[in-house]
Amino acid sequence: MSAAAGARSVTDRVRERTFGPLYSRNSRAVVSRGLMAARSSTWLVLVSGFFEPVLYLISMGVGLGPIVGSVAGPGGQEISYAAYIAPALLAVSAMNGAIYDSTWNVFFKMNFAKLYQGMLYTSLGPLDVAMGEIFLALLRGLLYATGFTMVMAAMGLITTAWAVLIIPASVLIAFGFASFGMGITSFMKTFQQMDWINFFLLPMFLFSATFYPLSVYPQYIQWLVQVMPLWHGVELLRQISIGQFTPATAIHVAYYLVMIVVGIVLTTSRLRALFLK
Amino acid sequence: MLGKRNGSETLLPENAWRLFHAFQGSTSVLKVHNEAIRSASTSARFPMNSSAVISAENLTKTYGDLVAVNAISFEVTAGESFGLLGPNGAGKSTTMKMIGGVTQRTSGRLSILGLDPESNGPEVRAHLGVVPQQDNLDEELKVRDNLLVYGRYFGLPMSYLRPKADELLAFAQLTDKATSRVDALSGGMKRRLTIARSLINEPRILLLDEPTTGLDPQARHTLWDRLFRLKEQGVTLILTTHYMDEAEQLCDRLIVVDKGRIMAEGTPASLIRQYSTREVLELRFGSERNSSIASHLEGIGERLEVLPDRVLVYSYDGEESLEQVSARGLRPLTSLVRRSTLEDVFLRLTGRSLVD
Repeated sequence: MSAAAGARSVTDRVRERTFGPLYSRNSRAVVSRGLMAARSSTWLVLVSGFFEPVLYLISMGVGLGPIVGSVAGPGGQEISYAAYIAPALLAVSAMNGAIYDSTWNVFFKMNFAKLYQGMLYTSLGPLDVAMGEIFLALLRGLLYATGFTMVMAAMGLITTAWAVLIIPASVLIAFGFASFGMGITSFMKTFQQMDWINFFLLPMFLFSATFYPLSVYPQYIQWLVQVMPLWHGVELLRQISIGQFTPATAIHVAYYLVMIVVGIVLTTSRLRALFLK
Repeated sequence: MLGKRNGSETLLPENAWRLFHAFQGSTSVLKVHNEAIRSASTSARFPMNSSAVISAENLTKTYGDLVAVNAISFEVTAGESFGLLGPNGAGKSTTMKMIGGVTQRTSGRLSILGLDPESNGPEVRAHLGVVPQQDNLDEELKVRDNLLVYGRYFGLPMSYLRPKADELLAFAQLTDKATSRVDALSGGMKRRLTIARSLINEPRILLLDEPTTGLDPQARHTLWDRLFRLKEQGVTLILTTHYMDEAEQLCDRLIVVDKGRIMAEGTPASLIRQYSTREVLELRFGSERNSSIASHLEGIGERLEVLPDRVLVYSYDGEESLEQVSARGLRPLTSLVRRSTLEDVFLRLTGRSLVD
């Protein structure tokens, strides 16, 4: 069972890799663990997260849409109400997928399953764990985004080839929420605290120019909304969906890039503080 | 850096190393763990033995005002089975966590295979197998998948892991549970699976934190048997326990720790020889009379220890001491002659019992 003398065994070879203090370039092990665990978990949870924005799109777009009529899109041109809210709901979908995995799932693994404790007693570093878990959350975000885009296409809401870009853009949005969400979750100790995440997400979902333009708000509320991450996702996807790009597009993308970096740094340092103290 | 150490290990056959360890163990009680003396000669990183796989020097961990581990120094050589014996809260688990690099030390030096676990955590842990005090098996995965996934954490390929997982399931006597859910296993089975899991990367050093706590006697013996086999295969075992029988069964050498300090160090036999007598006569006079009658026992045996429920007479011949007790006209309710154990050593060193 111990390393045999003489020929280098497989186990010796993997020990000869270069390791960092926080990273062993093995996030994929965390990812494959997640996929293996997902096989045995209920698919209902996955599906429910997908249907929520679809149901909104049907009720608001199809039901409310004819009453609203056409509205002004990002470039000022008239588009149907369903086409107006669909990209926003897609951003919400990407957010939900990422948040579910990176908050509740992570909270459970951190506090009850003691999963990360076990992982960090192997040659995995906290950065491997953070990256792996965030990637899993992205995967869910990607699934939701792809599914929702197909629904949009089926409803005739996609009119430009640019729309293909809404899938990678959704993954970018999911990435931002996943990395930040996991960092925030690492501070949570009780279920009551976890409820604060929903308390924050629901108003953001309703008021981030999801169902009507930002211009309805007074100036200071506009600023508040513009600070929030979801608004940037909504605007980004809305612009892409009709192929209208402005300098603001770059700002939206940059917002998420910063959010991703800050989130990963936060998550890694928190995992380090929590489990390698 | 690791290759060199390997070389020196393979120069001697297994048996020669065993003999060497046995010899080293029996003399190590003479090592004085006095910080003053130690710090006067600390310039060398491995002052005592260059084949040390673990070397701790004035290792200290404080949590605020609480000193969990207080300047302890010890070395563990390759293939040795080394124990930390002490009551709950002695600082054993904290020491284990520092060795694994999952707890940062406050001060002192620590070297695992020549590496600092604090700055080289992932690399050090690549050589370790860890059995934590509380099982943290992956409940979302099946029994065999637990082994495979854990192996992936070490970066091991599936071509290696599949046969290895089967081998370890057989070793842990869990082959017929391979596709069971983890929560369907008994406590003993979970423990064995945790140990099997810790061996997936063929570790040089196995850290076992209270491996049999909470198990029934039969499960404990099964586990001891498995650990003994590993020891025979040359795996270095580091084990914490508050069971003296476990320490006696498994440890070549051990340190007795209490309140974060090392109280004594040696082989189980040498510690008993040094700190206790060969036999112990246990007398029960009833809880009210134990302490009052103790004065009448003066002069019998080498030493007396009065506990709330019984009086212990430390003696080289228990039967003879019992005759002396009878000759003084004292009639204990029960009497028992037994061999000294590490429990007696601990009692002598700290004035308290191990399990409270």
